[in-house]
Amino acid sequence: MTLMDQGNAASGGFPSTVWVENVSWFDRVPRWVAMLAIFVIFIVIWQLTHLTGLVSPILLPSPGDTANQLYFVGHNLFTGGYMLTPLWITLKTVGYAFLLATAIGFSLGVLVGETAFGERAVMPYLVAIDTMPKVAFAPLFIAWLGFGIESKVALATFIATFPIIVGTAAGLHAADDNARMLFKTMGATRFQTLMKMKLPTGMPHFFTGLKIGSVGVMAGAITGEFLGGGRGFGDLIRVASTNLDTARVFALIIYLSVIGLAIFMAVVWTQRRFVFWHKSSTVTDS
Amino acid sequence: MEHASVSVSPQQKEPAAQDARPVYVLRGVNKFYAKRGIHALDDVNLTLVEGSFSSVIGASGCGKSTLLKIMAGLTPPSAGSVMLEGKPVMGPREDIGMMFQQATLFPWRTVLENIVLPIEIRDGKAAARQAHDRARDLLAMAGLTGFEHVFPNELSGGMAQRAAICRMLVSQPSVLLLDEPFSALDELTRDFMNMELQRICRERNATTFLVTHSIQEAVILSDVVYVMSPRPGRFVEEVVIDLPRPRTLEMMTTPQFGALVDRIRSQLDEGALA
Repeated sequence: MTLMDQGNAASGGFPSTVWVENVSWFDRVPRWVAMLAIFVIFIVIWQLTHLTGLVSPILLPSPGDTANQLYFVGHNLFTGGYMLTPLWITLKTVGYAFLLATAIGFSLGVLVGETAFGERAVMPYLVAIDTMPKVAFAPLFIAWLGFGIESKVALATFIATFPIIVGTAAGLHAADDNARMLFKTMGATRFQTLMKMKLPTGMPHFFTGLKIGSVGVMAGAITGEFLGGGRGFGDLIRVASTNLDTARVFALIIYLSVIGLAIFMAVVWTQRRFVFWHKSSTVTDS
Repeated sequence: MEHASVSVSPQQKEPAAQDARPVYVLRGVNKFYAKRGIHALDDVNLTLVEGSFSSVIGASGCGKSTLLKIMAGLTPPSAGSVMLEGKPVMGPREDIGMMFQQATLFPWRTVLENIVLPIEIRDGKAAARQAHDRARDLLAMAGLTGFEHVFPNELSGGMAQRAAICRMLVSQPSVLLLDEPFSALDELTRDFMNMELQRICRERNATTFLVTHSIQEAVILSDVVYVMSPRPGRFVEEVVIDLPRPRTLEMMTTPQFGALVDRIRSQLDEGALA
């Protein structure tokens, strides 16, 4: 006896009106299948473009060549080859820059978001600086700090700081009037209000700033290495590109994006731990 | 528009218990917002006696929330005097408990941690830990036993407001100021919460002042209802509610209740047309 028959029997002759909502198969595809499909389509188009011969392999290497280079670079890194030192330099640059940007961005964000003085007097200057093309400062940083890692850290920090300032300041403004009034009725000091209410309330915004910043440090570090004769991964890309080894460039970029993704995911993970109450702390929405 | 029928003498008569001790005394309270040219409160006089329940009712924007903020010491009056227990109100005070339309529980704190927050702010973390037992008693009173370590996200609207009541009571205030505390709840829950509120206020002999825009709510809970007219906000009528205590929801169907509601409604309509 099927479920439908039972329903019929129980309702004494009334026809069952159980019906299935029509959801198209396109919306029911599991995530991993959808992602795999996109990946396969991308590779097929890439391969087909390569096979037509319309685009020179110097401009667009084949997926196979790129895979080979991925293996080569990966092998080199894992066996302690010559690429390990550049990787370490870039990682150090990104790490220092991210820590610096977080510290400076958070401090300035609190200054701008919490004090009327900061909002009135400091914020306009920050906005003005933020509108400048920051990459244009690279030669200045090199002149001031030399060709070492310092100038790259400075550029990456410079790029990543602003979203963190904005995120922190926006977070401090996120608390609603009720929460402010409640803290006032409890006789809370300004510092208590900041520590126990405004900062925790603003955490999701702060982390949004951190996510944007985490992407910015990578861009800043590589740009710095391009323009300032760095010895990091950016330099490997520059050399490979000079040698018209486009497949190598592709492979190096893919490794960089893996590192970028790892930093990004570390921020997301930290956010999930510390902002456990906020539902939208996933990769997809910030 | 004619206002002759409305008589509010400067010497307002005190509610039911004549011998009761005045707790809150407001005299000639005015509030101007100079920048916007608004006269929000016009010469408000008010005396709340110990253990009484009073409500102020009026259309939105009539200044009733401003009045509550002045009473709570959140904003200063432009003129007049606010005295609580014989001492001037010049800022937030520990003996005032406040509640708003939103529960405003903080999602990163458990229910218990939310409730002891006022203690933590005033006396530090150690004092807050010592208040845990008192907070548990309050939770039991509010029917929230077992929810101590739950985060507010998991509470329903009514439960969240009950937790907010506990937070208001944890510092043992003698006066409760309520700003439309249950207006965001559905009607069934609101009726139930109002009865709970009555029970709590009676048990603690708390002096309570409620801001609301629900006539029924004001009548069923209060000893006195003050009707407020807007621009400038002033009391146009003081309605003594002589329904017996404790009040029950069944009373809302009695003719006496209906007559009181009608009387307040006609006052409000007059104010709205003016």
